[in-house]
Amino acid sequence: MIGTDKKYEAIVIGVSAGGLEALTVLLCDLPADFAIPIIIVQHRAKDEKNLLEEILQAKCKLTVKQADEKEQIEPGKIYFAPANYHLLIEDDHSFSLTSDTFVNYSRPSIDILFETAAEVFRSNLVGIILTGSNSDGAEGIKKIKDFGGATISQDPASADYSYMPQAAVNTNSVNQVLHLNEIKKFILSLEYYGHKI
Amino acid sequence: MDDNKIDALHNLGKIILKDEVIFEKFVQELTINVTEMFRDPIFYKSLREKIVGRLATYPFIKIWIAGCASGEEVYSIAILLMEEDLLNRTVIYATDINQKVLQTAREGIYHMNEMQKYTQNYIKAGGKNSFSDYYMAKYGSVLLNKSLRQNIVFSVHNLAMDKSFNEFQLILCRNVLIYFNQALQNKAINLFYDSLCPFGFLALGNKESLLFSDKKKDFDEVDRHEKIYIKKN
Repeated sequence: MIGTDKKYEAIVIGVSAGGLEALTVLLCDLPADFAIPIIIVQHRAKDEKNLLEEILQAKCKLTVKQADEKEQIEPGKIYFAPANYHLLIEDDHSFSLTSDTFVNYSRPSIDILFETAAEVFRSNLVGIILTGSNSDGAEGIKKIKDFGGATISQDPASADYSYMPQAAVNTNSVNQVLHLNEIKKFILSLEYYGHKI
Repeated sequence: MDDNKIDALHNLGKIILKDEVIFEKFVQELTINVTEMFRDPIFYKSLREKIVGRLATYPFIKIWIAGCASGEEVYSIAILLMEEDLLNRTVIYATDINQKVLQTAREGIYHMNEMQKYTQNYIKAGGKNSFSDYYMAKYGSVLLNKSLRQNIVFSVHNLAMDKSFNEFQLILCRNVLIYFNQALQNKAINLFYDSLCPFGFLALGNKESLLFSDKKKDFDEVDRHEKIYIKKN
């Protein structure tokens, strides 16, 4: 199994249709002292404000928030890309938002988050693709793998929408194809590379 | 930059400093010009409900739209002002660093296939008429009405280098500052402060704020969500 002998600086997750349910399963049992920052692109309506964060915050023990422009990534937090902006990671581990054109019909785009995260965190990054019906994230998964990070896809057969995890699997860059509960166990087994909170 | 057969980054630096044509082309490659009409309809609604009434108290209204790209936002503001019967006593200064997109903005011709989205935005923004009243469609494009364009001045302005050029009651600079580092953001906000009349309004993008600026205390929030601020006296 990958990951057990290594330490990680961040986990990035890309998810589209069926996301709320999958994220609830994945995130809500994480303990309050889980240190590795989790950064998520969930495709969402462009005029949606904060609903997704509010729903998950009500159920999660970790802090759930929308990533702000120039905000520093901190341990123990779950960040979401805001609606209608791409989310990028900078070299100094801060967030950048852009209103560039749509990528894979999406803004925020999973590929953009994954590719910039891969360049910054290199092999200390975990990339996860969950349910969705768009191929966004497949290129990003490839890039994470190229930089030596760990790549995981939800098992397409068990996902609510199989297209997105299948597109990731088809790149041959996915280390492991797992059920949601196995992904959760995997996340819990990871060690944080950085100072403890 | 492949077109100009520039082989190394340090050569590019030398060349763009000396060659104005290549510099302009470089700016065009580098700048991001994504925009739409009535983007963030709730913002326009807020502008209509909270700001327009105060603008109406001025006999002559000056508005600066900084970083206007291809002009969609400029015409959205012009439409809003026309519906509020203010356009005929307003001058809108629309500026951008990129001369090519400014030319598109001046022409006021856009793709037909965007119009469905813009119409939905317009309705959500509280538009009072039928959106199709504002343009003429032909050959897969739309031409915005001349009446919208009569009081707009399009001009090149570089937020990083150029100074204030007038005094305004409203400045819009939406989704431009996110591309700046903190020092440059601060400089731009100071420039806006210097360019606003007392009680003038500043509108930023949804994910932008005055948080990191040393002028934070010199503005009050008018609409926290839509990032509309008023300059204190």
